[in-house]
Amino acid sequence: MINREEKELPVGSSRRDFLKKSAALTAVAVIPAAIDTAAKQRLDEKYAYQLEQMPLSIEINGVQKKFKVDTRTTLLDLLREELHLTGTKKGCDHGQCGACTVHINGKRINACLTLAVMQNGNKITTIEGLANGDELHPMQKAFIKCDGFQCGYCTPGQIMSAVACIAEGHAKNEEEIKEFMSGNLCRCGAYNGIANAIKEVAQ
Amino acid sequence: MKPFIFLKAADIKTAQTGYKKNAASQFIAGGTNLLDLMKKEIALPGNVIDINQIAIKEIKTDTASISIGALALNSFVAEHAEIINNYPLVAKALLAGASAQIRNMATASGNILQRTRCPYFYDVAMPCNKRQPGSGCGAKEGLNRMSAIFGASENCVAVHPSDFCIALAALDAKVVVQTDVKESSIPFKDFHRLPGNTPDKDNNLAKGSLITKIVIPKNNFNKNFHYLKIRDRASYAFALVSVAVGLYIEGGKIKAATIAAGGVAHKPWRLYEAEQFLTGKTPSEEIFKQAAAIAIKNAKPLQHNGFKIKMLQNGIELALKNAMA
Repeated sequence: MINREEKELPVGSSRRDFLKKSAALTAVAVIPAAIDTAAKQRLDEKYAYQLEQMPLSIEINGVQKKFKVDTRTTLLDLLREELHLTGTKKGCDHGQCGACTVHINGKRINACLTLAVMQNGNKITTIEGLANGDELHPMQKAFIKCDGFQCGYCTPGQIMSAVACIAEGHAKNEEEIKEFMSGNLCRCGAYNGIANAIKEVAQ
Repeated sequence: MKPFIFLKAADIKTAQTGYKKNAASQFIAGGTNLLDLMKKEIALPGNVIDINQIAIKEIKTDTASISIGALALNSFVAEHAEIINNYPLVAKALLAGASAQIRNMATASGNILQRTRCPYFYDVAMPCNKRQPGSGCGAKEGLNRMSAIFGASENCVAVHPSDFCIALAALDAKVVVQTDVKESSIPFKDFHRLPGNTPDKDNNLAKGSLITKIVIPKNNFNKNFHYLKIRDRASYAFALVSVAVGLYIEGGKIKAATIAAGGVAHKPWRLYEAEQFLTGKTPSEEIFKQAAAIAIKNAKPLQHNGFKIKMLQNGIELALKNAMA
């Protein structure tokens, strides 16, 4: 079956872009007063945008990248909005859910709680950088085998966290795994499958 | 997020020079609390000065103390052999806080400077004297289940959220601070403030000063100690009540005792009277029960947090028992 939304997309535009644009248009139609206020404030923001662009050089999944970014951009927004690496998920955007977990120089962190400009010169690994070509990472395979997810939204963060959990030496038993994975929430409740996947890879 | 100027400082002097360039400057290290507050437009800095490159990250020991660099990561401190062996309360408290990801980002000084998680502080539609002085305290007559039972004022009933700080308070740490070229140190018990009439001030760190290290004196609380944290879920939640206890036992008697509680006041709360009661006595369940009863004597509940008093009493009793186990 043809997806009507995708069929209607302009050439060269993605479904994501379409959704973003249509959301903005909806906002104009519904709350013109708010948009007007925002536009007025934006004069200020436009100035700031010019002023606060900063050069940035980061290695992402083994590839060196250079950008100019607004200083306010979080690492998470840089990955998703600029690089279109949308495997890293935005859950709460406040460090409470772990969906945005990535590795910086091999250590797991929450990408929503750091500014991109603070990561200049660092090596970032996202879920897209975990597999070796078409060969899945052992943790990815174990999540599939052990039923470590249901809806899948928290999964990239869970997997990045799980890989680090073992690398840190915090996967000696189930209790320790659960404690050191507590920064990754799963609303579907796939916790037992996740712990089993980690146990399997840790062995 | 409001626009800001981003500066990077490689040393303290550059950081403090950058700070003076804007009336609303803010140092950033881990950023795990600050960015959260900036997204909600609770923190509105004009200048953000990244201090992560400053070389104050090491842990150093000497015969009298251990010194934790201000920018040492929480995970680094919690897993440091010297901390685990000689200051285990610190390691236990750190591991009870936040998540593995956040501990990989958050620094020692950032931990002690983190702001309250009182829901009225975080909800910009609500009154909060800490966020907006003079707007009132929403929690005092509101949903105050998480609020203070000690040291609250008419203007603020918020609690300090840190676990690390409870261990530092119990171990009489001091905070070493640099202002321009002048170095000074603040005893931990005087570092954080009670809300009084100025709840917007969390602590006594002067504007523009940088914490360079946290020093913990050598102590005898590395054998009989316990950190107990009681929260709404098993992990990754702020404390309803937390208790750090240390007992120095010699010749079958308690030579010295330390008890600090978290989740109960605007600052880490030492329970000096209960400590004095224990000193010189032979440890027993009965003695611990009496000490716990003394500890809660001056607690004052609000409408929804009365349960914290019994929880603290039982928590102290249990922590003391566990310290002897």
